[in-house]
Amino acid sequence: MRLIKYQRPDSVWPTFGRLSSLRDQLDRLFESPLAEWTGTAQLLSGWTPALDVYEDKENFIVKAELPGMKREDINVSLHDGALSISGERQSETKHEDAEVHRTERFFGRFQRTVALPASVAADKVKAQYKDGVLTVTLPKTEEAKPKQIDVSVS
Amino acid sequence: MKPTIEKETPGNIERARAAEFVSPEVNIYETADGYLLEAEMPGLDKDGLKITLEGNELTITGRRNAESVDGELLFRERSRVDFQRTFELDPAIDTAHINAKMNQGLLTLTLPKSD
Repeated sequence: MRLIKYQRPDSVWPTFGRLSSLRDQLDRLFESPLAEWTGTAQLLSGWTPALDVYEDKENFIVKAELPGMKREDINVSLHDGALSISGERQSETKHEDAEVHRTERFFGRFQRTVALPASVAADKVKAQYKDGVLTVTLPKTEEAKPKQIDVSVS
Repeated sequence: MKPTIEKETPGNIERARAAEFVSPEVNIYETADGYLLEAEMPGLDKDGLKITLEGNELTITGRRNAESVDGELLFRERSRVDFQRTFELDPAIDTAHINAKMNQGLLTLTLPKSD
């Protein structure tokens, strides 16, 4: 006899979601994504979209893999010098009468937070979603851009 | 035992381990009418997708778009390796009517069963 009612994996994730927000609070406390150091992100949130961070002279560029989402289900926010990408992926098709052979894809909520190494112009941040990849371009503030300093030789 | 779509050939797994390809994450559902396969291949448009059928083996190959980002890479988690995965098909599948759709890095394959 089963003592614990079987739960579909997608109904389990919201429980983990609460742990996830605790982790995000810890992230903020330590000012850098804690998960990156501890490697616990996968365990806690279920879905941790992979991301890359680039820096050029003018911008920080963050690319996150979010396949099979709707634009309106992706949230991008900036606070205290940290970029947050969050959202919820819902299963598009209902499969009540279907036999499930494989379920490797994650559905449910996710959140990633990236502490940016320099200040960015919050009003000029742009986000584009194409081929399942979200690209966020964050222009640096004038103060954060590298400056050429002329050295005068006397 | 009846062969189904979810069986994979060991050779494919070996190749994936050699980092020549990564295996896309899939969901596979079966109904009375056929199978539905969803595969996650972010960074790929429909031109990068190749689906081949050899006997009863269906292979999905996805070539990622080359991303031209100038600048220094500060942090990297995303793989640059192309996707590939092979599935052994249920003989009940009508291979002439397999349909593929690519939307935001998600491949949806519908594989109807023959009448």
